[in-house]
Amino acid sequence: MKTAVIVFPGSNCDRDLAVALRDTTGQAPAMVWHRDTELPDGLDLIALPGGFSYGDYLRSGAMSARSPVMRAVIEAAGRGVAVLGVCNGFQVLTEAGLLPGALMRNAGLDFVCRDVALTVANSQTSFTSHFDANEQIRVPVAHHDGNFTADADELDRLEGEGRVVFRYAEDVNGSARDIAGIVNAQGNVLGLMPHPERVIEAAHGGTDGRRLFEGLVAALG
Amino acid sequence: MKARVTVTLKPGVLDPQGRAIHHALEGLGFAGVTGVRQGKVIELDLADGTSVATIEDMARKLLANTVIETFRVETL
Repeated sequence: MKTAVIVFPGSNCDRDLAVALRDTTGQAPAMVWHRDTELPDGLDLIALPGGFSYGDYLRSGAMSARSPVMRAVIEAAGRGVAVLGVCNGFQVLTEAGLLPGALMRNAGLDFVCRDVALTVANSQTSFTSHFDANEQIRVPVAHHDGNFTADADELDRLEGEGRVVFRYAEDVNGSARDIAGIVNAQGNVLGLMPHPERVIEAAHGGTDGRRLFEGLVAALG
Repeated sequence: MKARVTVTLKPGVLDPQGRAIHHALEGLGFAGVTGVRQGKVIELDLADGTSVATIEDMARKLLANTVIETFRVETL
């Protein structure tokens, strides 16, 4: 399975994501700089890492979403290539229009950095094939702007189409309907605020994140 | 020419920062504040003759996130 990690100025989880992908796919991902205009051929997965790209200037993810490489990412997503956005990567995906809604300042205004309980709301996606429906997992979050917001019609559509993939099982950031992660209508683009790449081996204190990557490998080959 | 783009949250979108400012104003003893909304102001230096339509296009494509924000353009 061929993967790439997009690196923006200010990304800080790109290497963690690369290790998770290397360990679970058996092949190191291509690291693609945000100013590149083309992606490597034959990618199965494009991953957008967490961090504070462009120092969160203007809005979190706003500048990165307009980076040259994002045109290629949007084009690849349209062809059905899987795209995973973690934390700042999720913010970039909403700003780029690949996912609906927006991620606003946490309701309590605090930066939240801790392990949280999540419910797997949809285990039928290619990202969640190694989870059971409604299973509870533990994955860390570390964000200031994770408060998912969309209008009521959009939220109803996300729920109705089974596109809410992960939900917080506890109060974290004020997200509408406790949404922690969603997929696009085609099911090939996932954005989530929690960091699966931070729980891929026992020494991390958990391996629930590893199952997301292993599920992807199984689903995408 | 110059233009000023004022970006504010849409009505109905919760504004945690505005609420915190509201509480802080009350804490300072300012009575009678019934609501606070935080936004941002972006000032642009532009080539003379830049149309309002072009500035609005800039606002829609980058300066504002129209999922949650509205904007107002003033040419100065």
